[in-house]
Amino acid sequence: MTTTVNRSGPGGPARLLRAEWTKFRTVRAWVVAMTAGSLVIVLLGLSSASGSHASCDGGPTEAVCPAVPVGPGGEAVEDKFYFVHRTLAGDGSITVRATSMTGQIRKPDVTPGVRNVVSGLVPWAKAGVMVKQSTRQGSAYAALMVTGAHGVRMQHDFTHDVAGRPGGVSEDSPRWLRLTRSGDTLTGYESTDGTDWAEVGTARLSGLPARVEIGLFAASPGDLTVTRGDLGGSVSAVRFTEATAVFDRVDLEGETSGGAWRNDDIGVTEAPDGSPHHPGRASESGGTFSVTGVGDIAPSIEGQTVERTLTGVLTGLIVVIVVAVTSVTAEYRRGLIRTTLIAVPRRGRMLVAKALTIGTVTFAAGLVATAITLTFGTRILRANGNYILPVSWLTEVRVVVGTAALLAVAAVLALALGALFRRSVGGVITAIVLTVVPHVLATTSVLPDTAARWLLRLTPAAGFAIQQSIPEYAHVLGHYAPIAGFYPLAPWAGFAVLAGYAALALGLAVVRLRRRDA
Amino acid sequence: MQATIEVSGLRKRFGRTPALDGMSFTVQPGQVTGFVGPNGAGKSTTMRVILGLDAAEEGYALVGGRPYASLRTPLRHIGALLDAAALQPSRSARNHLLWLAHSQGLGVRRVDEVLEQVGLTSAARRKAGGFSLGMRQRLGIAAALLGDPPVLMLDEPVNGLDPEGIVWIRGFLRSLAAEGRAVLVSSHLMSELQDAADHLVVVGRGRVITDTSVADLIAATSNGRVTLRTTAGEPAMSALAHAGAIVTVTGRDTLLVSGLPGERVVALLNANAVPFSEVSAHRATLEEAYLELTRDAVEFRGETR
Repeated sequence: MTTTVNRSGPGGPARLLRAEWTKFRTVRAWVVAMTAGSLVIVLLGLSSASGSHASCDGGPTEAVCPAVPVGPGGEAVEDKFYFVHRTLAGDGSITVRATSMTGQIRKPDVTPGVRNVVSGLVPWAKAGVMVKQSTRQGSAYAALMVTGAHGVRMQHDFTHDVAGRPGGVSEDSPRWLRLTRSGDTLTGYESTDGTDWAEVGTARLSGLPARVEIGLFAASPGDLTVTRGDLGGSVSAVRFTEATAVFDRVDLEGETSGGAWRNDDIGVTEAPDGSPHHPGRASESGGTFSVTGVGDIAPSIEGQTVERTLTGVLTGLIVVIVVAVTSVTAEYRRGLIRTTLIAVPRRGRMLVAKALTIGTVTFAAGLVATAITLTFGTRILRANGNYILPVSWLTEVRVVVGTAALLAVAAVLALALGALFRRSVGGVITAIVLTVVPHVLATTSVLPDTAARWLLRLTPAAGFAIQQSIPEYAHVLGHYAPIAGFYPLAPWAGFAVLAGYAALALGLAVVRLRRRDA
Repeated sequence: MQATIEVSGLRKRFGRTPALDGMSFTVQPGQVTGFVGPNGAGKSTTMRVILGLDAAEEGYALVGGRPYASLRTPLRHIGALLDAAALQPSRSARNHLLWLAHSQGLGVRRVDEVLEQVGLTSAARRKAGGFSLGMRQRLGIAAALLGDPPVLMLDEPVNGLDPEGIVWIRGFLRSLAAEGRAVLVSSHLMSELQDAADHLVVVGRGRVITDTSVADLIAATSNGRVTLRTTAGEPAMSALAHAGAIVTVTGRDTLLVSGLPGERVVALLNANAVPFSEVSAHRATLEEAYLELTRDAVEFRGETR
């Protein structure tokens, strides 16, 4: 033979990947389209961020919105309650007997303009005893409480919640509550008679200073109503409520500062004239305390989320799908698939190499796009006065990397569908119907919440859960629906559903490719 | 590495129509083997089975003694041209060869070598979609040569080429065989293989009709006949018939003599002082031989379709 061939070279899988990468990068239309897909994500994200302005009404002029308190874990919190407290130095405890819990709920007006207030408690109305680092909003705390409908709970630092015994409070069945502080450790106990005590839970508040505030509190979150919208979907509204608890047999142990109890309406909102809006109150008579509070001590889920900047991903995904499907159907259209299979007789490996290539290319393009969009999109939103719920950098990385991975896995699914159908149109339509359409239906006001949740559990669109940065809290009543950005599955569980579909489709495509004559 | 293709007892049917019906033959190194038969005789199917694209129901096909599917870098064992139009139109010729090279662990240097070899260097960076049929054939041959394989297999490479291209391809195939490679070239027209093939595998109805060298086939069809040109027809006929030959008048002044070799014919004519202007061995054309061989196959095809 006249020529010598270099026999050394990369091993099998590396060869296949290199060949498929060469195939991809040498078709300019695919490279251009993939770049365009990235640009779409960036441009749609940044332009929607630029168009979103927020300000708070400060009387005659618009004002910068007040800062939202942040809890010890870095999350945005609502820290609004009525606190009757004294200062405790070092270890100590507080014991009380709760004998009553009542409240008011404002319902939708029956006669326009006339307040329609009924008596009652919202499920997470809460009152009890608390140890708090300071009266500053967002500072560390642990609290033992009775609630409107969830029995006795021990909660600390906004996101932690442990259940005690169920049941409500009345004159006939009072609840005894005790919270002890020993160094960093706070322990909650409950009793029905003041003699037999059961531990509810413990909390470690690391770095708790020696001097803390200890006392009684009451809070009542707004009443959430979710109604079906006219065009499907749902409309949620929150209305004023308050809760009043009565405590007696208050016993404070430990070194407390002398003098009377101090009352603080923590986090009370002020009306434009400076007077408190919906204030709480407290009174004491012969050792019996009545505390009325408005608000909640819980993580806040009100505000923009970082993933709101990634609105262009859905459009970018359509571009990615078209490229991924075409990268395989183009070979069928031209008969090039036979050349490929002659060069690589191991068909399964060939298709997997193709899938890995399109997945990697999409991931890289997607990662650049999502990182830029989220970084600059959130800056633009904040600069425009929008409040973005803070999340840890790990969560931000998960949203950015996860969204790129979502695009990559969806590209693999699309490629597998292209290989199954061997036709661009069928492959593209099926991929869009499986991934884009369910997400659009579930997050716009088209379907009832239940149907939307099922769509995002059962279809590959479940993968979008990877974008959710704010978790759903069991102890915070909220409108946790897809339309509000809450997915029915946990981020990685949703991603796993998408990955499962992609793996299944790729497996079927491999089987079909192997069985049929090319 | 053996430079051979071995096909044994291949059977395959498409629906109820048998496409391959016990196809068996071997392609030897150092020569061009023509793979001839009418359209639908099973040539392309056989080639696809050899390349692992189609599965046979029975029998096996080996390249260099190994089944195709077991080859890790198959283009280094066999180069094939099936469909020159199977190209991504927006990809350049060079990039088309580049991904193929990468799939075999070969580099860009080898790509430029084969482009040079088929004379496509100047068009290497042009989109393959704009190539003429002849350029596509050259590109397909470049792809087949990429792995410097000892075996080459080309399906109808002459189809649609201009006369210049046909001459080029014939010469090219001969030079590849001269390098010791086994070259299998299919065609449905025997005339295309005239002057190109050394050996012939003639197929019809999914099986081999004749597996023979070109020289033997022509000799068998010519059957030792001698053409004699003479103005003295009568004396020549009597002299030759007397010696046991069968003589037919085929034209004014021409006779066809069978049953005697050329030297005996000349000796007899001289001994009897019969004047003649030419004695030559009658040479059948490849086409004649082929038509005779495949007549049955063609008729059969006419009945079933």
